[in-house]
Amino acid sequence: MFKQDQLDKIAANKEKWAAKLEATMKKRPERQPEFAVDSGVTINTVYTPLDLADRDYEQDLGLPGEYPFTRGVQPNLYRGRLWTMRQYAGFGSAEETNQRFRYLLEQGQTGLSCAFDLPTQIGYDSDHQLARGEIGKVGVAIDSLADMEILFDQIPLGKVSTSMTINAPAGVLLAMYIACAEKQGFKKSEINGTIQNDVIKEYICRGTYILPPEPSMRLISNIFEFCSKEIPQWNTISISGYHIREAGATAAQEIAFTLADGIAYVDAAIKSGLDVDNFGPRLSFFFNAHLNFLEEVAKFRAARRVWAKIMRERFGAKNPRSWTLRFHTQTAGVSLTAQQPMVNIMRTAFEALSAVLGGTQSLHTNSYDEALALPCDESVMIALRTQQVIGYEIGVCDLVDPLGGSYYIESLTNALEEKCMDYINKIDALGGAVKAIEYMQKEIHNSAYQYQLAIDNKKKTVIGVNSFQMEEKPPEGLLKVDLSVGERQVEKLKKLKAGRDQAKVESLLKAIREAAESEANLIPVFIDAVKEYVTLGEICGVLRDVFGEYKQQIVF
Amino acid sequence: MSEKRIRVLVAKPGLDGHDRGAKVIAQALRDGGMEVVYTGLRQTPEQIVSAALQEDVDVVGMSILSGAHGTLFPEVVNLLREKGAGDVLVVGGGIIPEEDIPALKEAGVAEIFGPGTPLANVVNYIKEKLN
Repeated sequence: MFKQDQLDKIAANKEKWAAKLEATMKKRPERQPEFAVDSGVTINTVYTPLDLADRDYEQDLGLPGEYPFTRGVQPNLYRGRLWTMRQYAGFGSAEETNQRFRYLLEQGQTGLSCAFDLPTQIGYDSDHQLARGEIGKVGVAIDSLADMEILFDQIPLGKVSTSMTINAPAGVLLAMYIACAEKQGFKKSEINGTIQNDVIKEYICRGTYILPPEPSMRLISNIFEFCSKEIPQWNTISISGYHIREAGATAAQEIAFTLADGIAYVDAAIKSGLDVDNFGPRLSFFFNAHLNFLEEVAKFRAARRVWAKIMRERFGAKNPRSWTLRFHTQTAGVSLTAQQPMVNIMRTAFEALSAVLGGTQSLHTNSYDEALALPCDESVMIALRTQQVIGYEIGVCDLVDPLGGSYYIESLTNALEEKCMDYINKIDALGGAVKAIEYMQKEIHNSAYQYQLAIDNKKKTVIGVNSFQMEEKPPEGLLKVDLSVGERQVEKLKKLKAGRDQAKVESLLKAIREAAESEANLIPVFIDAVKEYVTLGEICGVLRDVFGEYKQQIVF
Repeated sequence: MSEKRIRVLVAKPGLDGHDRGAKVIAQALRDGGMEVVYTGLRQTPEQIVSAALQEDVDVVGMSILSGAHGTLFPEVVNLLREKGAGDVLVVGGGIIPEEDIPALKEAGVAEIFGPGTPLANVVNYIKEKLN
């Protein structure tokens, strides 16, 4: 990137400067013995062209919207359109969540993001024994299409895009969404959104798995195939590092394990007979924005570059859209503190800014009260306003990749790419992501433990937790989901089940069983069933019966 | 003569998959000299109590971040009592609003450790209670 004579001059100068630095350090010793990012990259005092001497601008960076997309997936990025401001929401009943959705849209939010409760995420109806105490707690309870119709009441699904955090039963919820949109009068081809559909990370760290890996990978490939034909705008998967990071991974581990999962999905889809350029453009990603601001910016840039190379070089994708890593970002829930919760507004703002400077396509900002409970209306509004300040007031969206070319950012991007590739090679050697689940779990746990020890021994400062503490009043006005939500939901489900034509339900479930036992695509039979109000638990019950359930290996 | 090692069952009741905290605590207790068994995810109160009896533990530590603590923590305490193991020390952690803590303590949960608790506090609490 630089001419040799320039580099020689800088090197000579830096040598002299190093002596000066040493003298200064004797007078002003440094605050800590070593500076490093958690991913294990040492940070030098200053960065210069010497740190990028062996790099090639065209090959490593290029221009925005061009391979390897280090500088962004769009030539004009936020000069064209800001990222989608998409707050994850959902709690209690479908009615309550519908109200929150409409509130967020009125406040200027540009897309929906739906949280489901745990029974829904694990494919149990609300009347299942394991649903006790969990109904409507961490998201909305959806047992059947009837609930989804209420959830999206007066929200035109042909005009709003919706992201659904649903994994193991993603195909069933997608079927309900399609049925719901069609009932509103929209065509399949008009709907737009995302299902998370990333089961490998459920095995690794998030926990809402149902089936063993093989049938899970088949269902995912079924979704890829169905969507490429029927709903071409749909993002068929959101390959997620978010939860891997929340579980304790470092930035380098987050992108490495996520991209390794991505490789496994692409491998499975190709093996099932699909063409990489058919589904490649619809793969999307989901990352965490954590506290180390500059490391996070570098992380997003490194991830884009690594994925572009993987898709082009490893899988031979020819369509440039298959090479682009488009991603959603959420600020780090784990960085929020229950102590002095208002300080979380600042943490979240810096994290969100790192995602914007890293070129995210959509963003969720956490609310300040989330270490205490689900967020209240006021805290959700401040979180959304934080994004609006970044987008409209502080000027960072007026150009693409403003930090590109910083010697440090570029060096760190390179270092994180290298660390990421080391992990991916290791996972390849273990036989791929599915075989490496326990390896990744161990790595994540070790990082989580180190992180906690660093807080406990004050190597890491956490305001309000190990430094700058103060006496506080207990928080007020927290949102609470009471148990009556569950009782009402069970009652509603009972009525629904009693009002259906049982013979029809049985025959639809039989059709699902037969499709599951054959090699057919399961999505069309899911759609037929949900339209007749066959429930999520009934459908997943058949799948459990045919394929068995995943048993987690305990690693700690 | 060596002291008898404290035996702890770390458990994840309910459907919640957040196990970072549970595993970090389990490791800290193990590094603090205790024998630790971790149940893994999705345990019913019945499964937790049966594991506690089988492993003959002195302590059951549970973690829930989903909000189901009000239902599941007391169920575990009651089942332990029913099975004649009411002397087992039961503690909990997770995202648990302060206003819920009195009811949990009334139900027999000895202590709740919220977000930001240093590991040493948990280790020391258990050691003090049992020695």
